[in-house]
Amino acid sequence: MKKYTFTEKKDTRSGFGDAMTELGKTNPNVVALCADLTGSLKLEKFQQLYPERFFQVGIAEANMISIAAGLTIGGKIPFTSTFANFSTGRVYDQIRQSVAYSEKNVKICASHAGLTLGEDGATHQILEDLGLMKMLPGMVVINPCDYNQTKAATKAIADYVGPVYLRFGRPAIPVFTEADQKFEIGKAWMVNEGKDVSIFATGHMVWEAIKAGEILAEKGIDAEIINIHTIKPLDEKAILDSVKKTGCAVSAEEHNILGGLGESIARTLGVNLPTPLEMVGTQDTFGESGTPDQLMEKYGLTANHIVAASLKVIERKRK
Amino acid sequence: MPEHKELERIASQVRRDVLRMVHGAKGGHPGGALGCAELFVLLYFKVMKHNPAKFSMDGIGEDIFILSNGHISAGLYSTLARAGYFPVKELGTHRKINSRLQGHPTPHAHLEGVRIASGSLGQGLSVGIGAAQAKKLNNDNTNVYVLMGDGEQQEGQVWEAAMYAAHHKVDNLIAFIDYNGQQIDGPLKEVMDLGDLGLKYKAFGWEVIEVIGHEFGVLDDAILEAKKVKGKPTVVLMKTNMGHGVDFMAGTHKWHGVAPNDEELQRALAQLEETLGDY
Repeated sequence: MKKYTFTEKKDTRSGFGDAMTELGKTNPNVVALCADLTGSLKLEKFQQLYPERFFQVGIAEANMISIAAGLTIGGKIPFTSTFANFSTGRVYDQIRQSVAYSEKNVKICASHAGLTLGEDGATHQILEDLGLMKMLPGMVVINPCDYNQTKAATKAIADYVGPVYLRFGRPAIPVFTEADQKFEIGKAWMVNEGKDVSIFATGHMVWEAIKAGEILAEKGIDAEIINIHTIKPLDEKAILDSVKKTGCAVSAEEHNILGGLGESIARTLGVNLPTPLEMVGTQDTFGESGTPDQLMEKYGLTANHIVAASLKVIERKRK
Repeated sequence: MPEHKELERIASQVRRDVLRMVHGAKGGHPGGALGCAELFVLLYFKVMKHNPAKFSMDGIGEDIFILSNGHISAGLYSTLARAGYFPVKELGTHRKINSRLQGHPTPHAHLEGVRIASGSLGQGLSVGIGAAQAKKLNNDNTNVYVLMGDGEQQEGQVWEAAMYAAHHKVDNLIAFIDYNGQQIDGPLKEVMDLGDLGLKYKAFGWEVIEVIGHEFGVLDDAILEAKKVKGKPTVVLMKTNMGHGVDFMAGTHKWHGVAPNDEELQRALAQLEETLGDY
């Protein structure tokens, strides 16, 4: 198992905020919109440095999405920002009509996704956003795994022409990917090569997958770990190449097992190469108040859960 | 600049096109499209600076029109075609399979002149605000015009947008409301009364101009007046007659979303001069 270490923990939303500050300088067409959550989205610096390109919309997310669509008409590259719940479910029709169907170059940037939002509870912990967004024709869906990758992804989507949903989170988590990495939309990242089981993880679950790989290694199991940061377009080749080698797969995401990364992988496998698959994710349920760690434990989203799913799927493969 | 007499002739043809399009498609929304013919023609044949021969999505250096109540697309399509955005014969494809003239307009169909999809109501004012703010960033002193329905004012997003436009002083935006008092289920006053709509916009910080929507002269003057307003957005409340121009269609919600049959089409066309040649 390849060794991954970290010297600091940082929130992925800061990766977004810091990238925006850089983009403000390097790309004059980049504009930011925020619905009364500038601090939470780490956009204070952008707002301070580029006030004419920062649009405060107040608590009016529907208006924000449609204004962003309008800004593209003048050649701007709008990044909308609020919590994931208010970025998707609340404004689904605005995204569908004004952004996706209208083929507008809007970047929908969503923080506080999933259970790790924590104490505010289920009203704010969306676990359905990946599904909502991936169903929209033409929408790119990205869920990076740490601060550095979020920063790289934010910069990459500014150069991509078309609608994008970028999902990140609130808690400080290990920074284990390289600074100044090149982020390629739709290209999975091989975290660890292995031969016994393929673990496909996204977002905060990638670090859990690495810890799971270490536990599995102690048991003599050689896990392949792949970071699927882009849920759509899905890197089907990376997935199929991996299971051809390992013969079984585990998906891991901070999202409902219905409609998320696991289902996209299940479709890919079912259509191309039927393979035993276990899914680590929330089991069609809402979350609740609690600390991020407590919630991830209670709802089955830890390294140990990935280990258990791996052992189970390896067993299924042998039958 | 075309005289108002000439604009009236174009509007007559637009109304003929609208009726023939919805008749040909056996469906559509003739009432609102007929009621807004004067506005469409005035904007595209006199007021707006635009380039039909070479459509550009970003509209930099051009005035931009956003149709928020997308269901009256037949009126927009006819006007765009008559202004030269695409061949008039394409009007015959409206609402049919493989057409760029979808039931509701969309850039997804790559039809020249259409910059945003609309149909799901309440979004166009916000889109217009975005387009207007992009113009300010680009130091582009052209304007953005948005048309909304009156029933559409029942959508909450309209008021999010109204609040925002005043707060951010979006004064290069002029909104129009097709105030015909009718919606699908009946008169607005019965379905969901808007109260004093002008006063509501005033309270939100807008300049409000009320005019009759079927007189080119007063409509033209209203736009000139709106353009002079600085520091706040302007809304033009156009008192209109749904179905205007066809006596048996005018003033009722009955023709909001119904196409005329063969006999009704002939009766309607007999009231409208063919001025530019039917498609």
